[in-house]
Amino acid sequence: MIELSSVTKTFNSGKHNQFTAVDGVNLTIRPGQLTILKGPSGSGKTTLMALIGCMSRPSSGRICLHGIRTSFFTETDREAALDITSLPERFLTEIRRSTFGFIFQQFNLMKGITALENIMLPAYPTGESQAVFRRRALELMELFAVARHSSSPVDWLSGGEQQRVAIARALINNPAIIIADEPTAHLDSKLSREFMEMVGTLKAQGKTILIASHDPLVFDSELADCVVGMRDGRITDIAGSP
Amino acid sequence: MNTPLNRHGNILDFAISSLLRRRSKNFSLLVVYTLIVFVIASLIFFVQAMKREAGLLLKEAPDLVVQRMIAGRHDLIPDRYKEQIGAIRGVTAVTPRLWGYYYDQVFGANYTLLVPEQKLVEPGSILIGPGVARNQRIQVSDMLTLKTSSNAPLLLTVQGIYPSSSELISSDLIVLSAEDFQAMFNLPAGYATDLAVTVANPQEQTTIAAKIAEQFPDTRPILKSEILRTYDALFEWRGGMMVVILFVAVLSFIIFAWDKATGLSAEERKEIGILKSIGWETSDVLLLKFWEGIVISLTAFLVGVVLAYGHVFLFSATLFEPALKGWSVMYPHFKLTPVIDVYQLTILFALTVLPYTAASIIPAWLAATVPPDAAMRS
Repeated sequence: MIELSSVTKTFNSGKHNQFTAVDGVNLTIRPGQLTILKGPSGSGKTTLMALIGCMSRPSSGRICLHGIRTSFFTETDREAALDITSLPERFLTEIRRSTFGFIFQQFNLMKGITALENIMLPAYPTGESQAVFRRRALELMELFAVARHSSSPVDWLSGGEQQRVAIARALINNPAIIIADEPTAHLDSKLSREFMEMVGTLKAQGKTILIASHDPLVFDSELADCVVGMRDGRITDIAGSP
Repeated sequence: MNTPLNRHGNILDFAISSLLRRRSKNFSLLVVYTLIVFVIASLIFFVQAMKREAGLLLKEAPDLVVQRMIAGRHDLIPDRYKEQIGAIRGVTAVTPRLWGYYYDQVFGANYTLLVPEQKLVEPGSILIGPGVARNQRIQVSDMLTLKTSSNAPLLLTVQGIYPSSSELISSDLIVLSAEDFQAMFNLPAGYATDLAVTVANPQEQTTIAAKIAEQFPDTRPILKSEILRTYDALFEWRGGMMVVILFVAVLSFIIFAWDKATGLSAEERKEIGILKSIGWETSDVLLLKFWEGIVISLTAFLVGVVLAYGHVFLFSATLFEPALKGWSVMYPHFKLTPVIDVYQLTILFALTVLPYTAASIIPAWLAATVPPDAAMRS
């Protein structure tokens, strides 16, 4: 579970171009559910997801994660809440690597290396044996029907195939939470539906999924457990479980 | 199991894969780098081998050489000095030496003429170096005609040719009898070119040299250690032409490393952002850049050093020949004995591999400190 209390993120604080992207957000994201952040461009969805995904720290407020596993968070603490707001960068990176899988709007794949290597990228610094995560990557490629492209440079793949590679990459470290930022922005309707089917599969596996999107195909999906409307950095409405 | 060794192995693997993506850029980088290491390593090997040859040569040199000076110029020394110097306490032996140079106008070459201490040849016979044999196109039993200082021809029979293994020191040598030497230069009897003095106790060499200088103010005693020092100054890599070449090589390396250091492309910056966003720590990115730097620089270092070894010891430093040959007509065909100075190679390693690796890491470190959410906004 992820709990946000009065989370605010201000950029260029104290300068003439000060800008508040997220303003006093209170939100609970339940485990195993699909939560969708809905809203126009500039509404603060991406910033909020970056805060939840330990990519940046809030200017004020608290974000607590429940039930996560890290090397510095001991066995007995597993069910306790971990306040990530003031953690040092090193710990945030570890949480990001072990708990979250990211799917970016532009896919953010590394050009020139193979699809398989792209999928394995988040696992390289973990210290896990390459043979083990390579096998896992190949299984994910099978699952997302891109196995035949394992040794092709990723830039040779079509948009839909690249997206599937990006999803496989997000799953390589077996994260509990998947964060996807505008995942269907560069896909046609058919591929967008395919993407939502894949989301369904992940949800069925018990993953917590958080998607930011202003695509009706996503936020109107039956799979969504909770749709959070945002505008000007604030939550305007919440439809669904929380 | 997660281990630090796996982490290094995985990141090294990715570093190689990452380098292969920019094949032509990295290959040209490797070629330039290897070339610089090759030039510097060749110099180090060459200088070390030459120093060794010079050291071996001087091992047999007399402890002290006494020359007579007239008006600041080297002149013939009378034989009577031999007895007087030999009487100085501590002097074991004094041997008059005869040697000089001869310019052959026909072939445009300079020969070194030497009378050995022990009689090696009879009057009318000579031993010659391989360079002389090549230059004159003569073999054993052939005749060589030299012009004496009174313009009369002196006919000499080649009794033997020195082996090519000794070419570095014997290339231009003509060994002849004292009688022929005196006839050649119209030398007055009872005179020598200089005196070779043997001293029993090496600690006393300086004192004896001082005594000789005091008793014979018209002489110049030269200590073996002084000759060694001169050779050192000549072959030392901090001196002479070597320092110029070394300076140019090091300077080009600095320019090259600087270019690399400031040359982090927008694409590379974006990739660092991606890595950070998918869970790489700043230290992971730095480790990647470290391995990239090590792969390039260590490969260049090893290949450059191996090529330099082949160049100097198998191909007799062929590329340096035009610079070293100078005016020499009888440039020796030599083969140097391999000498590797670990200390100097370590310095070369420290001067090339370490700065390059640092030059790869520093800009990456600057780029890797960007917040990981930057990739989300790109």
